[in-house]
Amino acid sequence: MTQVPLQSKVLSENQRIADSLRERFAANQVLCINLVSSPGSGKTTLLERTLEGFPPETRVAVLTGDIQTERDAERLARFGFPVKQITTGGICHLDGRMIERALADWPLEQLDLLLVENVGNLVCPSSYDLGEAAKVVVLSVTEGEEKPLKYPSMFFKSELLVLNKTDLLKYVPFDMNAAKENARKIHPEIEIIEVSSLTRDGMNEWFDWLNRKRHSFLAKLNTETSQPQQK
Amino acid sequence: MHEMGIAQSILDAVAAEMEKRPGAMPTRIGVRIGELAGVNPEALDFGFTALVLETDWAALKLEITSVPRRQRCLTCGNLFCVRDLEYECPACQSSQTTFAGGDELELDYLEVEENHDASPLTIQSP
Repeated sequence: MTQVPLQSKVLSENQRIADSLRERFAANQVLCINLVSSPGSGKTTLLERTLEGFPPETRVAVLTGDIQTERDAERLARFGFPVKQITTGGICHLDGRMIERALADWPLEQLDLLLVENVGNLVCPSSYDLGEAAKVVVLSVTEGEEKPLKYPSMFFKSELLVLNKTDLLKYVPFDMNAAKENARKIHPEIEIIEVSSLTRDGMNEWFDWLNRKRHSFLAKLNTETSQPQQK
Repeated sequence: MHEMGIAQSILDAVAAEMEKRPGAMPTRIGVRIGELAGVNPEALDFGFTALVLETDWAALKLEITSVPRRQRCLTCGNLFCVRDLEYECPACQSSQTTFAGGDELELDYLEVEENHDASPLTIQSP
C-alpha cells in the first residue's frame, strides 16, 4: 500500500480556466462582477435598473445564467447593451468553461465592465471561481435576516451585500440590523448597501460601489504592471 | 446540489494520478472540506459512491476530513478554531482576528495498491 500526497484543489480544472479568464480581464482592463443570490432575490431587476442608469456610450455587457429559458436576456437586451444568456440545462451554477465559451465571440477590448448574473442558488455558485474581480451577493428582505448564517459560504466569499427590495420592509418582519450583524459575523469586512430596485432607492450607493471597485481594480493593475516581478 | 460535479472532479484527479501508475489500484482518496466551502459531505459521498460504480475501481473509498473555520489573532498570533461564530481570541480575548482557513476544497492523498495486476487472483487458469 502506498499513500501519495496530492495537495491540490479539487476544482483545479475550473481554477485553471478562471485564472486564464482573470488574466484576460486584466489584459483588457475589464472589471468582471459575479452577482450571486437565491432565486427571486431581484438580480435581474437590479441589472435592469443598472443598465437603465448607464449612459448609452458605457462599455458594459451582461452574461446571464439560468437553468432554462432566454427570458432574462430578453429583459436585459432592451437597454441596448450586449447581453448573452447562458442556459446551463440543469446545472445549478455557472463555471469557468461556460464563461469562456460565452466570451468566445465577444471582443473584450471593447468593454470596461462585465456583469455576470449567476444561476439563482445560494450554495453552489460559491464554489466556482469565474475569474471575477468580486462576487456580490443579493439578499432580498423577504428572505429573512438569518440567510447569512444558514448559507455562510456565499456571504463569506462576497465583497458586497446588496440588501434588496427595501420597499417591502413595511410589509415584512425583517430585522435589518440583525441581517447586517449576521453577514458581518460570517464576513467581518463585507460592505453592505440597501437598495430597492423598484423605487430606485439606494441605486446611487450601488453605482458608487461599482465606480470605487473599478478605480481600485485599475489602480491594482497599474501597480502590478509598473512593478515588474523581482527575479 | 453541485456535489455530483465535485465527485466527478475527484475521480478525474484519481484518473490522472493512476495514469502515472500502470498496474496499480486506487483504494482510498482523501479530501479536505472546509465548513465555508459550501459542499455537503453526505451529498458528496453519495455522488461519489454512485459514480465510482461506473469505473474500474469499485473498491475505491472517499475519505472526507471536515475542516473548521480558523482565525489568527492579530494581537498575540494565536491560531484557533471558531466555535459558535465567536471570533474573539480565546488566549488573549482580543477581537482583532483574521481569517486563517476553513474554505478548503482540496485533494489530500491517494492510497494505491501497487502491482495489483500481478495478484494471483487475476491469473487465468488454463
